[in-house]
Amino acid sequence: MQMHSLAFDVSHTLAGGLVLISFMMLYQDRLYSLLNVFALHALVLALSVAWQAYIQDAPHLYVTAVIALVFKAIVIPVGLHRIVKQLGIHRDIESAVGIGMTMLAGMGLVALSMVLMLRVTADADPLAREDLAFALSVVLLGLLVMVTRRNAVSQVVGFMSLENGLVLAATGAKGMPLVVEISVAFSILIAFIVIGIFLFRIRERFDSVDVSALDDFRGERR
Amino acid sequence: MMSAVALQMACVAGLLGLAILAIALSRSKIATAVIYTITLIICLAALAGSLRWLLGGPADATGLILPIGLPWLGAHFRMDALAAFFLVVVNLGGAAASLYGLGYGRHESSPHRVLPFFPAFLAGMNLVVLADDAFSYLLCWEFMSLASWALVMAHHREAGNARAGYIYLVMASFGTLALLLAFGLLAGPTGDYGFAAIRNTPHTPYVAALVLILMLIGAGSKAGLVPLHVWLPLAHPAAPSHVSALMSGVMTKVAIYGFIRVVFDLLGQPSWPASVIVLGLGSITAVMGILYAMMETDLKRLLAYSTIENVGIIFVSLGLALAFQANGQKLPAALAFTAALFHVLNHSFFKSLLFFGAGAVLTSTGERDMDKLGGLIHRMPLTSFVVLIGCVAISALPPFNGFVSEWLIFQAVLQSPELPQWALKIMVPAVGAMLALAAALAAACFVKVFGVTFLGRPRSPAAETAVEVDRISLAAMFILATLCLLAGILPGPVMDALSPVAVEILGGRLPVQAHVPWLSIVPVSESRGSYNGLLVMVFIAISASLAVYFIHRFASHALRRGPAWGCGFDDAVPAAQYSGGSFAQPIRRVFGTLLFHARDHVDMPAPGDTRPARLRIELHDLVWERLYQPVSGAVGFSADRLNALQFLTIRRYLSLVFATLVTLLLVLAIWS
Repeated sequence: MQMHSLAFDVSHTLAGGLVLISFMMLYQDRLYSLLNVFALHALVLALSVAWQAYIQDAPHLYVTAVIALVFKAIVIPVGLHRIVKQLGIHRDIESAVGIGMTMLAGMGLVALSMVLMLRVTADADPLAREDLAFALSVVLLGLLVMVTRRNAVSQVVGFMSLENGLVLAATGAKGMPLVVEISVAFSILIAFIVIGIFLFRIRERFDSVDVSALDDFRGERR
Repeated sequence: MMSAVALQMACVAGLLGLAILAIALSRSKIATAVIYTITLIICLAALAGSLRWLLGGPADATGLILPIGLPWLGAHFRMDALAAFFLVVVNLGGAAASLYGLGYGRHESSPHRVLPFFPAFLAGMNLVVLADDAFSYLLCWEFMSLASWALVMAHHREAGNARAGYIYLVMASFGTLALLLAFGLLAGPTGDYGFAAIRNTPHTPYVAALVLILMLIGAGSKAGLVPLHVWLPLAHPAAPSHVSALMSGVMTKVAIYGFIRVVFDLLGQPSWPASVIVLGLGSITAVMGILYAMMETDLKRLLAYSTIENVGIIFVSLGLALAFQANGQKLPAALAFTAALFHVLNHSFFKSLLFFGAGAVLTSTGERDMDKLGGLIHRMPLTSFVVLIGCVAISALPPFNGFVSEWLIFQAVLQSPELPQWALKIMVPAVGAMLALAAALAAACFVKVFGVTFLGRPRSPAAETAVEVDRISLAAMFILATLCLLAGILPGPVMDALSPVAVEILGGRLPVQAHVPWLSIVPVSESRGSYNGLLVMVFIAISASLAVYFIHRFASHALRRGPAWGCGFDDAVPAAQYSGGSFAQPIRRVFGTLLFHARDHVDMPAPGDTRPARLRIELHDLVWERLYQPVSGAVGFSADRLNALQFLTIRRYLSLVFATLVTLLLVLAIWS
C-alpha cells in the first residue's frame, strides 16, 4: 500500500510538473528560451513515462521513454535551434496576446480539464484519473500556445507539446501497445521534418516565418 | 428449381449487367434495339415469377442473404405477397416501357444518356421491393433515386431540365434522410436493422407516431404527397416519355410500397389517430393535385400532376385501411387495402398508357403544349383511340378499371359509420366528398386533355403535319389499353389475386369473388352493393350500337354542310378555338382565386385602336412561394454568411478549433 501511494505521488508530481512547464512555455517570448523549455518539457515527459514503465512493470514503455528523450528532448530542439539560427530569427520577440491574459486563460483551461475529467471518470483508477486530467491540461495548453503565437516555429513547438500531452495520456492508460507509440513517435518526427522544410520554403518566399506574411500574401484581413 | 426470390435476384443481376453492357454498346446503332429487347425479356421473366408467386396460392415467404453490405448484417432479400404484388407492378410497367422504348427510343437524340440508366433504374426498383433489411432498403432506394435522376438529366441542355434535376436531387436526399431517421427509430437501441427483427420488436406509441410522420415525409416526398410534391411535376416530364411513364406509373408505387411495408407491416398494430393524418394528407393531395393539373397546359406536366392526385387517392384508401385496422375491423380494412392496391395497379396501367400517348404526340409533333396541338384524331387515329381509353379509365368511368378501384374505395368510405371514433365518423365522409370532387375534376381535366389535344383543328403547323407513330409504340399502348379494359370488366380475379397480400398484411381478406355468379364483385355483402363490369360494358355496347343503328336507319342520309356562324368573323383562325386555358377558366374562377391567387388581367385597347386585346392570367404556386422559397432563401442567406469562413487566417482557424473544443468541454462539464 505504501508503494502504491509512493508510485501515485511520484507520477502525480511528474505530470503536474509537465503542466507547470506548459505554463512556462506560455510566457517565453524569445525563441531560444522557448526551445529550451520545450526540451525540459520532453525531458519531464520521458521521466514520467519511465516511471510509468517502472510501476506498471511494462518494459515496452521504457522504449517510449527513450524515444521521447532522444527525439523530443534532444533531436527536435537541437534541430529547431539550428533552424532558428539559419533563419536568423533568434533575436525576435513575439507574442500575439498579452502574457497576463494568456496565463489567465491557461489557468481557466486547467481548471476546466480538472473539473471535467474528475467528473467524467468518476469510477476509474485514481492514478489514471489524475493522469488524464493533467494530460488534457497539457493538450489544451499546447493548443493555447499555437493560438497565441504568430511565429511558425513557436507554433510547431506548441504542436509538439500538445503531442506530449497525448503521450502522457496514452502511457497513463495500461495496455497501450508499443506499435502505437512508435508510430506516433515517427509521425511526429515526420511532421517535424515536413514542417522544417516548409519553414525554409516559407522563408525563401516571404523573407519571414511570421505567418502573418502568409495572410498578407493571400490578401486577407487578419 | 430456383426459389422465387433467387429468380428475381437473377433478373436484377441481369438488368445490372445490361446497364454495363449498355455503356459498352452506347455508341453503336443496334444498342437501342438490343438493350430494350433484353430488358423486355428480363422484365417478362420477373413478371412471370412474381405472378406465379401471387397466383400460386398460399406460399411461405422465402428469403435470401447475400454476403454484401454491412459485415455483421449482410444483405437480406425476401419475397412475400406484398413484395410479389409490387414486383408485378414494377415489372409490368418495366416490360411495357421497354416495348414502347423499342419504338420510341429510335427517335432518341442521345441514347447513350438513357440506355445505361434505364435497366439500372428498373433493377433499383426491383431491389427496393425485395430488400428485407433497413440498410439494403436505403441503399437500393438511393440507387433507384440516382438512376432516375440520371434519366431526368438525360436531356440536360433543354431549358428547365437542369433545375428539375437539382430540385429532384435535393428532395430525394431530404426524403432519404427522413427514411434513415425512421429506420433508425425502428431499429431502436438494439440496432438490429433486419426487417424480421424490427417486426418482432414492440414499438412505443411515440416511436410509432414519429415513424409514421417520417415515412410520410420520406416515402411521401417520393410518391408526391402535397406539399412535398414540388419536384414531381418538374422531374417526371423532363425524362424521356417511357421513363416518365415508369417514374409516374411505377416509382411512385415503389414509394407507396415503402409506406405500406413500414406503417402496416413493420410498425405492427396501428392506432387510429395515424389514419387521421394519412386521410387528411391524402385528400388534400388528391384535390390539390388535380387542381394543379387543371391549370396546366403542358401535356406531360399535366399527367405528372394527375399522378399526384392518384397518389392522394391511394393514400386516402390506405388511411381508411389504417382506421379500420386500428379498430380491428378486418373486413372493411381488407376492402380499403385491396382498393388501394387495385388503384396502384390501375394507375400504373393508365398513367403509363397516357405518358406513352404524350410521348407519341411529342415524337410526331415535337410539341408538349396542348395549346399548340389539336385535331390529332385525324392524323393519329390509333394513338387517339388508345389515349381516349386511357382518359376514360383515369376519369374513373365504367367499364374501365379506374371505376372499379374508385368504386371500391367509396364502398370503404361507406363503411365509416361502423367506426367507433367520432372524429373518424365525421372525417371519413368529408374525405369521401373530397375524393368525389377530385374524381369529378379529374374527369373534367381529361376531357380537356383529349378535347384540346386531339379534337378541333390543328393550332400549329407541327400538329397539322403530324403522322401516326410506329407500330411497336402503338403495340405497347394497345396492350396497356387492353389491360385497362380487362381489369375493368373482370375485377373479381384481380381482387382474388390481391387477397394474399391483405391476408399477409392485415390478417383479413375479402370474400372470394370467384364464387360470385356472373363475374360480379360483391366486396362486403349483396345489400351493400355489387358491380358487374362485364354487364355494364355489354349495356354500353348495346345501347351505343342501337343508337348508331337508329341514327343511320331513321335519320336523313343527305349530308348537308352549312356555314358556321363565326360571331361576325368570317375566317376563324384555329387559335380562336377553345383552348386549354379557356376550358379551365370556370374552375380557375371557383377554386383558383383562393388556392392559386389566380387573377385575370384583360388589356382592352381603347376604341379605335386596332391592336388586339390581351388576356393575361396570373397564377401563383402558393406551396412553392410560401413554403419552399423562404426555406431556400434562408439557406442561401446563411450560406452567404458562412462563406466568409472560407477565407480566414491560419491562426483564426486554429482559434476556431480551439474555441469549439473548449466550448464542447464546457458543455460537457456543465451538463454531465
